[in-house]
Amino acid sequence: MLRRTHLSLDPAFRWLTLTGGLFVLALIIAIFLTLVEGSLPALKEFGFSFLFSQNWNPVTEQYGALSSIYGTLASTFIAMLIAVPLSLVIALFLVELAPPQVSRIVGGAIELLAAIPSIIYGMWGLFVFAPFMADHFQPLLAGMTPGLPFFTGPPMGIGLLSAGIILALMILPFITSVTRDVFAMVPAVVKESAYGMGSTTWEVMRKVTLPYGIQGVVGACFLGLGRAIGETMAVTFVIGNRHEISASLFSAANSIASTLANEFTEADSDLYLAALVELGLVLFGVSVLLQIAAQWWLRRTAKRMGASR
Amino acid sequence: MKTRSLTLRRNTDRLVSLISATAALFGIAMLAWILGTVILKGIDAINWEFFTELPAPPGMAGGGLANAIVGTLGITAMAVLLGVPVGLAAGVWLAEFGQQSKRAEAIRFACNLLMGTPSIIIGIFVYILLVLTTGSFSGFAGAVALAIIMLPVVARTTEDMLILVPGALREAALALGVPRWKTTLDIVFRAASTGLLTGILLAIARVGGETAPLLFTALNSPYWPESPNAPTANLTVTIFNYAMSPYDDWQTLAWGASLLITVSILGTTIFTRGILWYRSKS
Repeated sequence: MLRRTHLSLDPAFRWLTLTGGLFVLALIIAIFLTLVEGSLPALKEFGFSFLFSQNWNPVTEQYGALSSIYGTLASTFIAMLIAVPLSLVIALFLVELAPPQVSRIVGGAIELLAAIPSIIYGMWGLFVFAPFMADHFQPLLAGMTPGLPFFTGPPMGIGLLSAGIILALMILPFITSVTRDVFAMVPAVVKESAYGMGSTTWEVMRKVTLPYGIQGVVGACFLGLGRAIGETMAVTFVIGNRHEISASLFSAANSIASTLANEFTEADSDLYLAALVELGLVLFGVSVLLQIAAQWWLRRTAKRMGASR
Repeated sequence: MKTRSLTLRRNTDRLVSLISATAALFGIAMLAWILGTVILKGIDAINWEFFTELPAPPGMAGGGLANAIVGTLGITAMAVLLGVPVGLAAGVWLAEFGQQSKRAEAIRFACNLLMGTPSIIIGIFVYILLVLTTGSFSGFAGAVALAIIMLPVVARTTEDMLILVPGALREAALALGVPRWKTTLDIVFRAASTGLLTGILLAIARVGGETAPLLFTALNSPYWPESPNAPTANLTVTIFNYAMSPYDDWQTLAWGASLLITVSILGTTIFTRGILWYRSKS
């Protein structure tokens, strides 16, 4: 008798745990549908022009997302431009150059950068880093590149450039740690044969490790990109929040996430709210596409590396 | 092939080594700069009142963030209660039943998508789902948002940890006639307990510092948290509001809250990493 009651619990257990799994699946679909439904009024009112209009004016009920989209893309681009090369050389240091003890401590410290909450980056960015940019870095940059439109205007400290640099710091640990793991996966035999031919460490890195791991590195960049594009609090603190596109990276701007953080609770009309939800939908769509690309790429890479062994 | 002199090659190698060591040092320097700032600026705000009193109106000296500390703890605890059981269930199914099936792949993919979804999007989702429908910002809505963020993290780490448990252990239990659910809960869970705990702790550390999903759900409040159905004070939104305020006293409090959050989260992270490291060594 006892055994029979036990047996009858197993299917229930199986179904219960499956419900947990299906719940995750349902959540993703629910988020998508909710965002679509919430942005319907704005979708109907503005159509595709929402994506290409720079005019964001709650008073006249005109909403265009272009400045937010531009700010998101530009700050993410700056972040990638800084973080990717930096991560590569740090990973090189951790895997090839540093003694194991040093590598573990330095690697751990870099990973701690990922554990610091976004809002702390924001506090530091607004009160410490932005003044530093305004007093030292921005004047220097402007002086070094006369005539370039990117580095003009008053050095206020806040703005696209500062936001991009802080984003770079925030995604650095993610790209570094994946890149480090990829580099560590290169079989020692291959590297040793290169060393045996008389290669220097840099030559082994450039001609053996990097070609071997390049696909994993690209995957790591996708992951970093996905992080950077939706980052909210740190960017909101330092980007300046202005609905205008300007060529100068010193000028205040905004991003999708910062617009949402600043204006969502202030939305006093249905259309305003719908426009903000549509901004969210755009961000969600981009991050889903990035994730899909990253997953597809990593899977392909894993298959190839598996096959080549 | 081009021949280069050995000196040139050696010097290039040295230069690259120098650059990469400098880059690593730069990373550590930035970490030190950020942590140093938070400690130096935050320590001024930390005193007995900080932990015991309500915030004072701007301009008045004193006051603390006791309500926000209680609120953050409460919201996080609710999020753990909501998110962890579902996450555990999903992880168990993936590791024990789903394995390589199509359905399991779909759920894994959904987990990855959810992990990659910006937290502010989760905030909007919960706002529409719970705040618009009930007509009120609430600590409960905040907890739901955090639970959604924890869910995929717990699910994936649970799966990873359960897979590490040797199959022979399961087979031994099943051969003795122990039912499947009991095998999982009593034997596999016990074998993986440290791993499961670290997964949950890491998920808590991840949501503990979240601000964006609380902005439009829990909102904030200058009072003691009384009901999960009302706007609830919490540390991270308080940091945001106070940092943007023009009052020096409030900005000091914001730094104090930043220090508290940073120490708790880095403490949890380092503690968890320590456990994992110790376990992998022994």
